[in-house]
Amino acid sequence: MTGSAAIDGTPIFSHLDLTLTPDSWTCLLGASGVGKSTVLRLFAGLADGVTFDGVLCAPGRVAMLAQRDFLMPWLSVLDNVILGARLRGEHPDRTLARDRLAQVGLADHVDKLPLSLSGGQRQRVALARTLMEDCAVVLLDEPFSALDALTRAQMQELTAELLRGRTVLLVTHDPNEAARLGQTILIMTPSGLVEVTAPSTPIPRDIHATDVLRAQTDLFDHLRRPI
Amino acid sequence: MTGWRAGIAATCLVLVLWQTVIWTTGVARFILPPPALVAQTIWENRALLAEHAVITMAEVLIGLALGAALGFVSAIALVASPTARALVRPILVFSQAVPVFALAPILTLWLGFGLWSKITMALIIIYFPVTSSFFDALMRTNHDWVGLAKVMGANPARIMWYIRVPAALPGFASGLRLAAVYAPIGAIIGEWVGASKGLGYLMLLANGRAKTDLMFAALIVLAVLTILLHAAVNKLCEKTLDCAE
Ligand SMILES: Nc1ncnc2c1ncn2[C@@H]1O[C@H](COP(=O)(O)OP(=O)(O)OP(=O)(O)O)[C@@H](O)[C@H]1O
Ligand SMILES: [Mg+2]
Repeated sequence: MTGSAAIDGTPIFSHLDLTLTPDSWTCLLGASGVGKSTVLRLFAGLADGVTFDGVLCAPGRVAMLAQRDFLMPWLSVLDNVILGARLRGEHPDRTLARDRLAQVGLADHVDKLPLSLSGGQRQRVALARTLMEDCAVVLLDEPFSALDALTRAQMQELTAELLRGRTVLLVTHDPNEAARLGQTILIMTPSGLVEVTAPSTPIPRDIHATDVLRAQTDLFDHLRRPI
Repeated sequence: MTGWRAGIAATCLVLVLWQTVIWTTGVARFILPPPALVAQTIWENRALLAEHAVITMAEVLIGLALGAALGFVSAIALVASPTARALVRPILVFSQAVPVFALAPILTLWLGFGLWSKITMALIIIYFPVTSSFFDALMRTNHDWVGLAKVMGANPARIMWYIRVPAALPGFASGLRLAAVYAPIGAIIGEWVGASKGLGYLMLLANGRAKTDLMFAALIVLAVLTILLHAAVNKLCEKTLDCAE
């Protein structure tokens, strides 16, 4: 993606040049309101009110996982996971959906309604739904920020394992998360993108690893001193 | 259970007030019959009341079913098509300015003295609340759900059927609850204008013959049936339609 975006004539970002590395995780950080979610919406083809001026290489059908789970409260956990197939008029593969739910550790909750699950469990259902979509490109918009620290660490590891080998764009506010999961780490500023060196070890990285801690402090410094 | 108790307590209160008015004012029984007399009349005329109540309830239930179905379909059509919305909404709003009572004689003229003029009356009276509450709920669909569905590759028809309609069912349910109270009014108006059966007809007949006790009996039967209908619709809605809340 190269270009500028505006909403109702108000510029959001200009001359942004963002390229996702295929089959790897790109983390996007930046101040609140700088336009990270807008970038995701542009990639997803959801930017109704946004005027984009530039070249956008559409990634085809993408899967999206946001901060909130957006589960349909009237559908069971299983029906939520197969919703995408329903919506495309395809025949839903319930066996695969059950496997996906088992992968995220929810095999016992298949027939429950989302309201009877905890926040972390709901987010895992949303992850299973994202996996069901089976897209090459996955967009994550602060997917773990509403979770407690322990659940968040578990979800990061689970997601990294299950989305291995896909092209992932992860928007996050958490330097630690970026240091653990980013293979490319970018900071979005009003004047463009700044790349920060990411650790080269495979993801998900151990929280205590020295390169993770170093990258994390590094990132924190970058975020604190705007360029 | 508390609902039931409160209902019984309220009924007792009304009965006490009713009886007190009669005792204090000494009003004649053909103006205001005492509760005990009305109860006796209901019991003695139970066959007659039941016969007419069945007719009225048939009109109400058919009108309710047709009105609900028509309202359901029109709300979806209005939401799906901006052209329909632009054309039909002003008509709908304008139609609310016409007093429905004024339509009753015309309906009787067009549809005759049978059930259909009353069913249509009930239908007309509930069509607007059902349509507008379902329409409003459909227009308020959570944008993020629709966005998610778009990302998943859904076309507008499937978004409507799998996301917007289920999400708006609680709105449809609140329209139905209103309709359950309005539909009997429509049927009774229809019967007043021209009928040979039904509780509304019986009320007019009793009134004409100065049988005030029978008139009150018919009125109470109608009120009780309306309350039961509302309670039944309420239960049904809670069981089936409110899960999106
Ligand atoms: N519907 C809208 N109408 C007008 N302005 C909007 C709209 N949506 C977003 N904006 C503006 O666009 C800018 C970028 O918003 P965006 O949601 O992309 O930020 P973000 O970087 O994701 O922020 P956060 O980190 O808080 O999620 C903000 O300044 C916001 O005010
Ligand atoms: Mg955002």
